[in-house]
Amino acid sequence: MALETLTERGAAQPRHGWPPWLRSIWQHAYFYSRTWRSSIVSSFVQPVMYLAAMGLGIGALVTKSTGTVSGVSYLAFVAPGLLAGSLLQLSATESTYPVLAGLKWIKTYWAKVATPLSVGDVVIGHLGWVAIRCAAVATIYLGVMAAFGVVAGPLGLLVVPAAVLSAMATAGPITAFSASQDDDTPFALLFRLGVLPMFLFSGVFYPIDRLPRWAQLLADCSPLTHGVHLVRSLTLDRSLAIGCLFDVAYLGLWVTAGIWMTMRIFTKKLVQ
Amino acid sequence: MRRTAEKGTRSRTSEAPVIEARGLTKDFGEFRAVDGIDFSIGSGESFGFLGPNGAGKTSTMKMISCMSPATEGVLRVLGRDPARDGRAIRARLGLVPQEDSLELELSVLDNLYTYGRYFDLPKNVILERAERLLEFAQLSDRRHDKVEPLSGGMKRRLTIARALISEPDVLILDEPTTGLDPQARHLLWERLYRLKSEGVTLVITTHYMDEAEQLCDRLVVMDHGRIVARGSPRELIDAHATREVLELRFGIDGHLPLVDSLADLSERVEVLPDRILLYVEDGDEALLAVHGRGLTPESALVRRSTLEDVFLALTGRTLVD
Amino acid sequence: MGSLPTRLLFPGGGGRGRLLVEANFRRYMRHWLLLVTGFAEPLLFLLSIGIGLGGLIGGIKVGGETIAYAAFVAPGLLATSAMNGAMIDSVFNVYFKLNITHSYNAILATPLSTVDVALGEIGWAVVRGTLYSSMFIAVMVALGDVRSWMVIACLPACMLLSGSLAAIGMAATTFMRTWQDFDLVTLVQMPMFLFAGVFFPVSAYPPWLHLIVVATPLYQGVALCRGLSLGHLEVSMLANIAYLVVLGAIGLRITTRRLARLLAP
Repeated sequence: MALETLTERGAAQPRHGWPPWLRSIWQHAYFYSRTWRSSIVSSFVQPVMYLAAMGLGIGALVTKSTGTVSGVSYLAFVAPGLLAGSLLQLSATESTYPVLAGLKWIKTYWAKVATPLSVGDVVIGHLGWVAIRCAAVATIYLGVMAAFGVVAGPLGLLVVPAAVLSAMATAGPITAFSASQDDDTPFALLFRLGVLPMFLFSGVFYPIDRLPRWAQLLADCSPLTHGVHLVRSLTLDRSLAIGCLFDVAYLGLWVTAGIWMTMRIFTKKLVQ
Repeated sequence: MRRTAEKGTRSRTSEAPVIEARGLTKDFGEFRAVDGIDFSIGSGESFGFLGPNGAGKTSTMKMISCMSPATEGVLRVLGRDPARDGRAIRARLGLVPQEDSLELELSVLDNLYTYGRYFDLPKNVILERAERLLEFAQLSDRRHDKVEPLSGGMKRRLTIARALISEPDVLILDEPTTGLDPQARHLLWERLYRLKSEGVTLVITTHYMDEAEQLCDRLVVMDHGRIVARGSPRELIDAHATREVLELRFGIDGHLPLVDSLADLSERVEVLPDRILLYVEDGDEALLAVHGRGLTPESALVRRSTLEDVFLALTGRTLVD
Repeated sequence: MGSLPTRLLFPGGGGRGRLLVEANFRRYMRHWLLLVTGFAEPLLFLLSIGIGLGGLIGGIKVGGETIAYAAFVAPGLLATSAMNGAMIDSVFNVYFKLNITHSYNAILATPLSTVDVALGEIGWAVVRGTLYSSMFIAVMVALGDVRSWMVIACLPACMLLSGSLAAIGMAATTFMRTWQDFDLVTLVQMPMFLFAGVFFPVSAYPPWLHLIVVATPLYQGVALCRGLSLGHLEVSMLANIAYLVVLGAIGLRITTRRLARLLAP
């Protein structure tokens, strides 16, 4: 996309040749590269600890009593679930505080729209970066799962895009929510009453059908339930039933709605 | 360091104006922040928007910098309409906003680097320019320091340096020295004056009359969304105020009963809450006359007229509440 | 005069630390929703993992008897709720007051001393932890996860756990200098939560790991609460109690010392 230049000075400026949205994503990546030390615990250590505690610790208890869950060891059952669940936590964390920082505290987004970047580029920058972070964590996690022999077949390679799709289904709506807040006090409630219940009741730790009927219906509405189902099916090489296609469609719907909501609220906040 | 160079209006008919507005209006719902203003800014000029808080200056800057759409009217920046060519225009502007948007967790140099990348500049070009800009901003020895602990003046200089990374055709500064201590302000003026002499077009908003007088070739005075006067600082003072002002204080409210008896001494009288202003050609003479009438003011000050006096004459209010 | 929780904590009415507790209480009433839902986290874990997984796990052998998984996990989560209630205030808010708003400087200009400041903050953390714990105990009883009337003794046990953790948490906070240091707290709190006996017995650990886990305060609290809720009184509980008391005392001492050094004029 060639930017036409209006003046002589403008025409004389050297170009790197990147489109505006890519420059926006790059800024997030560069900022991360300079400040990553502060988030290493939550992004990488946490999922691994959960995997060890639930997969091995609780796994031992389950193996002793019922043996397998859904046809596989508890470790193989819970690992893909934890992947989707951890990515939910990550995308939620990245879509709350950093968004308010961009809009209010540091005003990074304001700096961006004063340049040739547009509001759309700001949105792509934020959501694009969240997706990249999730993909990186998912790739490493997939490696860990493979090392433990949990990945059943070549379909496992699709786990990374599937996990990212699952994470982005909630990233959009949460971003839009964050952008509409005046300060960060609602975030604790969002995590406590929104993210945590999803994490605990969407099939991460045990099959959904162990819940009472009414709870199952609610769980079916949660995007994480479908993300967990999709990632688990791909990891364990379950036959790609209609269920998985529905998962992709449902998650895609949430992603689209999320992007739309984010564009609307960002435009409202940044262009007045 | 007072610059007394008289800056008259320069002829701009040979070049197309860099920024042009006719009937420019901005509404926020029911509230009209900018009310049908016209102005024209030429290349290489240093143009000011002077007015109190709430006059509509920032709203005007936001429209010029293509960040806020105009409600009505015609606006052309670098010959283009912001509603259609916003991106292309912003590529040639440098904006120094009222509130800093610096990355506090990154270093001074990193701030210049990331901003330069928004303009699609290659890394080596940015770093090369950054060196010169750091020198200009007098931040060379702080280049690797985190921005957060820097002083307000340093942050503002960094913001200006940042705005210059793309070698913009127009630099827009919205209240550049608000909140800075006098030393920082003077350093900033000096830097901006240097820029001006290099031919950069400057658009400045301010509510400080000394800033407007120091930096602007021409300016418009804004109040409640309208332009109430325009011209060079000299022209405005000549037109709306006398050469000198005599300020008299008579103790708390002591000046009020004396207004009528003093009115004939001057062309115009302004009564402020704590003092009387007599607008005269020769302040010392007027003071002698005051003494001659047997009046002994608590304090008397003779000074030259400023843009503050212009604003007072035009609107009956002071620039700073 | 004085709100109910503070009158309970400081029945004598004296102790100027009470004033700090009051101030915190008023502030939190404004965020009452946050306060009330504070115990939601362990509760949700109980409902999900305790009950949902319970069917998959069957019975757990504890002290000679076999109990349902939910009854096993519940007291562990109870101790967790006490921990959560205590840590948030002693760590996050203390850091905020110490380094951002510098509230302690103003408070110390009044007749309050550093001991009062420490006790006040710890006191409030205990109030919060107790609030969470009592709500959790009520839920446990309602869900039938409790096997003995001795569960009532869990309340003072949780108060002790809260106080102990708050003291240590506050001591740690006085050493923090930037926001990044909070990650260290999570780095300690999370492994404790996951591995210190809340979700599964620690008996299966290799000896070296067992030693480390047993030395953690959460484990001590879990052991106490679990024993009490199941009605197993053991001598080792005295050791649990002693541990928590000593830990709390150490924490308090470090805190007052550090505060004196940090806030010295």
